[in-house]
Amino acid sequence: MTDVKELDDFRKQHRKKALKETLTGYAIISPWLIGFFFLTVGPVLVSLYLSFTDYNILSSPNWIGLENYRNILTNDTRFIQALRVTLKFVFISVPLRLSFALLLALLFKKERKGNRIFTTIYYIPSVIGGSVAISVVWRQLFNLNGAVNGFLEMIGLSPVSWLGNPNAALSILILLSLWQFGSPMLIFLAGLRQIPQEFYEAASVDGANKFQQFFKITLPILTPIIFFNLVMQLIGGFMTFNQAFLITKGGPLDGTLFYAVYLYEVAFEFLRMGYAAAMAWILLVIIAIITLILFATQKYWVHYGEE
Amino acid sequence: MNEKKRNRITNIIWYVFVIGFSFIMVYPIVWMIASSFMTDGEIFANPTNLIPETIIWQNYPDGWAGFGRVGFDTFFKNSLIITSIAVVGNTLSASLVAYGFARLNFKFKKVLFACLMGTVMLPGQMTLIPQYIMFNSIGWVNTFYPLTVPAFLGGGPFFIFLLIQFIRGIPRELDEAAIIDGCSTFGVYRRIIFPLMKPALITVCIFAFMWTWDDFLGPLIYLTNTNLHTVTLGLRNFMDAVSGTSWGPLLAMSTLSLAPQLILYAFFQKHLVQGIATTGLK
Repeated sequence: MTDVKELDDFRKQHRKKALKETLTGYAIISPWLIGFFFLTVGPVLVSLYLSFTDYNILSSPNWIGLENYRNILTNDTRFIQALRVTLKFVFISVPLRLSFALLLALLFKKERKGNRIFTTIYYIPSVIGGSVAISVVWRQLFNLNGAVNGFLEMIGLSPVSWLGNPNAALSILILLSLWQFGSPMLIFLAGLRQIPQEFYEAASVDGANKFQQFFKITLPILTPIIFFNLVMQLIGGFMTFNQAFLITKGGPLDGTLFYAVYLYEVAFEFLRMGYAAAMAWILLVIIAIITLILFATQKYWVHYGEE
Repeated sequence: MNEKKRNRITNIIWYVFVIGFSFIMVYPIVWMIASSFMTDGEIFANPTNLIPETIIWQNYPDGWAGFGRVGFDTFFKNSLIITSIAVVGNTLSASLVAYGFARLNFKFKKVLFACLMGTVMLPGQMTLIPQYIMFNSIGWVNTFYPLTVPAFLGGGPFFIFLLIQFIRGIPRELDEAAIIDGCSTFGVYRRIIFPLMKPALITVCIFAFMWTWDDFLGPLIYLTNTNLHTVTLGLRNFMDAVSGTSWGPLLAMSTLSLAPQLILYAFFQKHLVQGIATTGLK
């Protein structure tokens, strides 16, 4: 009998200790827990509720069911335009930026004098590229009589109205995003440096040339990193706001009306909070679908090491 | 011998390309700085030029005075206040939370960690509107609170993850020794982990500084009173006010607004590069 009692006491003590541990743990992570519930989970739920209302800040929300969603999807040409422009921007700029980052990372794979200095320089645009100051500079560089047209004239081409034509305006925003390839480049470089040299030695003994080595060794090993960056940058791309809002102001002719810019207009200029909340939910669904498709394609091209 | 010669040629091609490309990469920044020392006439006469005929400082005081009644002294002061508070908040709260996830055991830890990392993928637009409504209803619009208080609530997955990775490299024996010596759980954080995390904390400080300093959407939504505007907002309004007329002062203020970030990057680029490489995020 005493044995059972002892065991029972031991269990109780153990449970008490576990409870204490859990409470201490929650106390330590409490800043994040509070933030998670009040700044993330709560707002996400509120936004779901608002998306079924006509809330406009000035008067209290009225339940209107699926009205917002129906209007957005069937009745809003600017929404379709915003979606079209954003998809175009994301699907051009993200693959371009990642390929660019990979190419330049390959350039720095071999240790050479000055590697550090050049990677440091190439990363500068990523540090400041999203700032208002760079938007000011971009507007001026791509002005009708700005520096870029100056260079074009130097090589005998005619100047382009970068800010006056929807496609040209979108292309200077893509260029700005391309300019900031520094982060993926550093991530790829860190991945490249981890590939054991023996792999390449073995391959060259087998007679594989540089191209074969790249496609058979380097690229497959990097695919998990490429995949992760692709997902993260696609999500980031859908949220692009500053550049389109500042440089082209969504124009001309809504040619750079990015999703985030339109959502901002609807919410904070027209004060249609319910409508904007519904737009945010549609954005989440679109991003989720694209992410899921990417995850589904993983098994065809992403190689995780067999460990 | 042949091999050596070929190597030398590839080396030369490499340097030519890499240096040429560096020029393209920094051209917009150099152009901005150079033009901030030119008159408007000079900027427009030869827009590709990078060397001012004579260095003109007048753009700086002209820009600093701003437009309307509020000058850039106010904008810089506001940005500095918001940024310093946010840096302290991010560093303290992210390090504490990272310590909890890296070292302590509690129920639902795995689920909560998945939630933490999941928020990386949540578009900011999802929370933007309800957060605005919440802060508006408690009277925080036109105060610095919406831009500073969230920094004390964990500081975001990027910082927490970066610090977790770092803490994992600190030997657990140190914690255990401290506990035997009578340290509490919080004491281990304060006396052992926090001091040892210094290199990673510097990285967090720098990133937090740069991102808060750079933030545009937050101030745009929450600060409508010109006296509270940050540098980013001031610059945006300056751009809209003078666009096409006085580029010199505008570019001078653009240069000044980037100066803190560029200087920090110059001194701490090693920390930033490591931070990017170890988390694989951003």
